[in-house]
Amino acid sequence: MSRPKGAIVGIGELKPQRLTSGVRTLEVIAEVSRLAVLDAGLDPAAIDGLLVGPQVGETPQHVPATIAEYLGLAPTMANVVDLGGASGAGMVWRAAAAIEAGMCETVLCVLANNREETPPRSPNRNPIREFDVPFGASGANISYALLMQAHMAAYGSTARDFALIAAAARANAQLNPDAIFFGKPADVEAVLASPIIASPLHLLEIVMPVAGGEAVVVTSVERARSLRKPPVHLLGAGEKVTHRAVSQAPSLTSGPLKSAMARAFQQSGTRADEMDLLSLYDCYTIMVATTIEDAGLCAPGQFGAWLNDHDLSHKGDKPLNTHGGQLGFGQPDLAGGMTHVVEAVRQLRGEAGERQIGKAGLALVTGNGATMSEATALVLGAA
Amino acid sequence: MSVDLNTLKTPGPTITALTKPFWDAAAEGRLTIQHCEDRGKAIFYPRPICPHCWSKRLVWKDASGRGRLKSFSEVHKPGHAGWLPVAPYVVGLVELVEGPTMLSFILAGTRPLQIGDMLRLAPTAIGGRVLPAFKPVEPGAEEKPQ
Repeated sequence: MSRPKGAIVGIGELKPQRLTSGVRTLEVIAEVSRLAVLDAGLDPAAIDGLLVGPQVGETPQHVPATIAEYLGLAPTMANVVDLGGASGAGMVWRAAAAIEAGMCETVLCVLANNREETPPRSPNRNPIREFDVPFGASGANISYALLMQAHMAAYGSTARDFALIAAAARANAQLNPDAIFFGKPADVEAVLASPIIASPLHLLEIVMPVAGGEAVVVTSVERARSLRKPPVHLLGAGEKVTHRAVSQAPSLTSGPLKSAMARAFQQSGTRADEMDLLSLYDCYTIMVATTIEDAGLCAPGQFGAWLNDHDLSHKGDKPLNTHGGQLGFGQPDLAGGMTHVVEAVRQLRGEAGERQIGKAGLALVTGNGATMSEATALVLGAA
Repeated sequence: MSVDLNTLKTPGPTITALTKPFWDAAAEGRLTIQHCEDRGKAIFYPRPICPHCWSKRLVWKDASGRGRLKSFSEVHKPGHAGWLPVAPYVVGLVELVEGPTMLSFILAGTRPLQIGDMLRLAPTAIGGRVLPAFKPVEPGAEEKPQ
């Protein structure tokens, strides 16, 4: 195994809510940041690095300064990470790199959002707005429906294959009282009986948007040794960004996570089949399907058979998204991607309670943004 | 379709000086796309430089209007409320015979759509402007010279 590149020493997570009324994103950021820094056992003054996400509709620019001021921080490294659902994983690698480069020693990575009845629409004036929207393609559902339809046509994958992913996420969410679908399981039949939103995509194959927040604290491996929680090491990472609009995707059946994951495995000296936890970005069922195939866990087109061959629960041989994934937990906007980091840390620390996996040495975390276009993969390991 | 697509209150394109030739041609029922004279490749959407080689030697050429359906979705719940009156409707990824792929509105043919279907340009008034939509080439239909 290679030398660790950094350590996650604190995590924070808020219970998702369907709506917040009259709450600023900044307030949610403050709540979840406090949880992560408390968990690390650090004084806020120890935070000298700050990574944040875009704040559509609230703070168009000067985002790190606005948040630093609000939290009373004076970081020596501050930046926005704008990789959609890959932002959370992307922050962890960037934090480790910034520490290695001497920019700072301890980084707060935070993503959070409020949710009003009518969320602000982003005022795009870019090519996707000019060349996709006028033809009737607004929003992510249609893009992922196009990817799913292409997978079905290329490999003969079925609606039932995809529904297995949503049903497994709902099943795992039954052990997470914070999940938005806690107490609301949905089996394959229920997924298939839910309305078609954009064919072939069913409602229950799509994450539910929620308000929430996630934060992690990253520091050096050396500094992590003296802190209160068992550190979780960043062993390897990979990233790739290929396009924005689905029409420009180099492939509809394989994504940039393929090379990002290959790099993360290579850097960490690990293999996909060695992972004790798969914490895979799941905005839609098709995303998990493609990621399983791109990771090399099965041959292209064979995810359905792979799912049938494995138990994805915390007690199973291939625990996958034990927190329920975003399909079971809810998607707190950009923070949704960071739920996969936070759950991996919980499991690798042995703090996952009744959903604790048995052997918890290695976890694969993936992040995905836009239309299967922004990809970050992390291999995390118990210290 | 019972609702006239042209009466929809859908968002139109955000046209710039650079992209204007594409939309001017669309208004006349043509599909025009850039070709890179250095790379010898067609590109879509319009840019000031070729995304393959960064050459600035880009020229506009009318496309054949023929393509292949790379994927499609029947949209039941549109992302923009302006489309609600015609839902469900179909959008698809059209791989033009010239090479690049564009997203477009797909008009209904006589058979259910399948990935791989051949398509041809079908300029259609949508939301108060003519857009380069596509429709399936019916089986057995003679391809007329453009």
